[in-house]
Amino acid sequence: MTAPVGPFAQSALHVAGPQAAHIERLWWLMFGVSAAVYALVMAALLIAILRRRRAAVEPEPRPDPAREQGLGRVVWAATGLTALTLLLLIAILRRRRAAVEPEPRPDPAREQGLGRVVWAATGLTALTLFLLIAASYLTDKGLDALAHDEEVSIEVTGQQWWWKVRYHGAPESRGFDTANEIHIPVGATVKLTLKSTDVIHSLWVPALHGKQDLIPGQDNVLYLRADRPGIYRGQCAEFCGFQHAKMALKVVAESREDFARWREAQLAPAPQPADAVQARGMAVFLSGPCVMCHRIAGTDAGGVTGPDLTHVASRRTLAAGEIPNNRGHLAAWIADPQGIKPGNHMPASNLDPADVRALVAYLESLR
Amino acid sequence: MHARPLILCGLIALAAAGCRREEREHSARPIGEQGPGKVVLSELFPGGSPPPGGSHRRYEENAYHMNEGKRLYSWFNCVGCHAHGGGGIGPPLMDERWIYGGQPENIYASIVEGRPNGMPSFRGKIPDQQVWQLVAYVRSLSGQAPKDAAPSRDDHLSAKPSEQQTPAQPPRNSALPTASERRE
Repeated sequence: MTAPVGPFAQSALHVAGPQAAHIERLWWLMFGVSAAVYALVMAALLIAILRRRRAAVEPEPRPDPAREQGLGRVVWAATGLTALTLLLLIAILRRRRAAVEPEPRPDPAREQGLGRVVWAATGLTALTLFLLIAASYLTDKGLDALAHDEEVSIEVTGQQWWWKVRYHGAPESRGFDTANEIHIPVGATVKLTLKSTDVIHSLWVPALHGKQDLIPGQDNVLYLRADRPGIYRGQCAEFCGFQHAKMALKVVAESREDFARWREAQLAPAPQPADAVQARGMAVFLSGPCVMCHRIAGTDAGGVTGPDLTHVASRRTLAAGEIPNNRGHLAAWIADPQGIKPGNHMPASNLDPADVRALVAYLESLR
Repeated sequence: MHARPLILCGLIALAAAGCRREEREHSARPIGEQGPGKVVLSELFPGGSPPPGGSHRRYEENAYHMNEGKRLYSWFNCVGCHAHGGGGIGPPLMDERWIYGGQPENIYASIVEGRPNGMPSFRGKIPDQQVWQLVAYVRSLSGQAPKDAAPSRDDHLSAKPSEQQTPAQPPRNSALPTASERRE
């Protein structure tokens, strides 16, 4: 498997698909425009300060503090007086007195120059905003430009706090369930149908696409394509409760051959236990509390409340991207799920330590 | 003026008391160290009630424990027989009548030992801490838990007021309901 792994596995600036590329271009345009506006405003501010300082440099001697205090009082009085004067003026104007002789106007040439500057700035602002609107519109069109000729159709259901993933097959008996890890073939259009069963979530895999909400009672559809193989991290981008921050997923983009191999492996029922320890683990699973929520295809376990565990050992992470999938973490998760991800919907169980070891051995065999 | 330090101390004490309500104890003891809890099998004790056993009121004084109890109450299907306190196949839990006693230790025993006519035993099935969380929640159904820690609202529409709003109904031990009472 090639890059990106490491710090750029979840970045909108290290893209792997055509739609993410559109979004990246818009991002850079907005960044450039914002940077230019910032620079312009700072320059204008600097010029204003420098000019004022030049004007003020010449005459004034330093005032003493007592005088300053006195001046403060004067300023307050002046403010009050100004307010009073304004009120008076309004009163006078409302009485429609005859117009007084206009005051001598300031230098008309300078006035005209300043007017031009104001007009130019206003025009530039409007133009910039229009440019951004146009760019945003074009990006939206670009996101939708992907032909709807999907090779793979996947249903993603957001749940507190993990992702249920169902691959549709033709016929439907060639479909299967998995969780928190989506495999897609490189270069193929993938259709994601987004659902939710509890609250609103949002799927965001920045290297492939923008955000799209998963809303209870409404199916949203997302088409995407990965052009580079790699493992891209995504996460929930809409606050959805206690463990929102720990609701991540991985998208594995791989060659068509690898994908087909993975798909066949996922379609197979769970392997039978190979030794006595694994057999005990299976017995614990089927007679203990696990079976109430989890499913293992090929056994009597058929719960759909929690993630499908038919091929749990083939996944890279546990608990929606929270911990790596290995023996130690798996055992820790079974022994104390609330300590690792407080508030999650898996209650602690009352298993004997030897049973936990057997259970872990069995689950590890589910490749 | 002398009242001010007193008020301040009072506020600090209140704040400190409030912390215990919010404390989140995710797991009581490591797996493997959770032996079966002590269960009181008789209501006869020297020196009158309450029955012996450690004080487990701390579960009732803690919002997290009680909230966990509320989740477990539906996850473990207590709802199936006792509904949301109103009862059905099993006796109601929101009134003052307790066939097997309404003290925390009594309810703990009912859950762990099971009771005749349908209440299954949960001994060895769920950790001790979860039983106590359930006990705290069950007691809040009849308004016996402190109001500042009891759940204040449901995530879903509910036909009855929240546990926090339930008026306190002190337990009154009673015999099994007679046939005519059951028909009421």
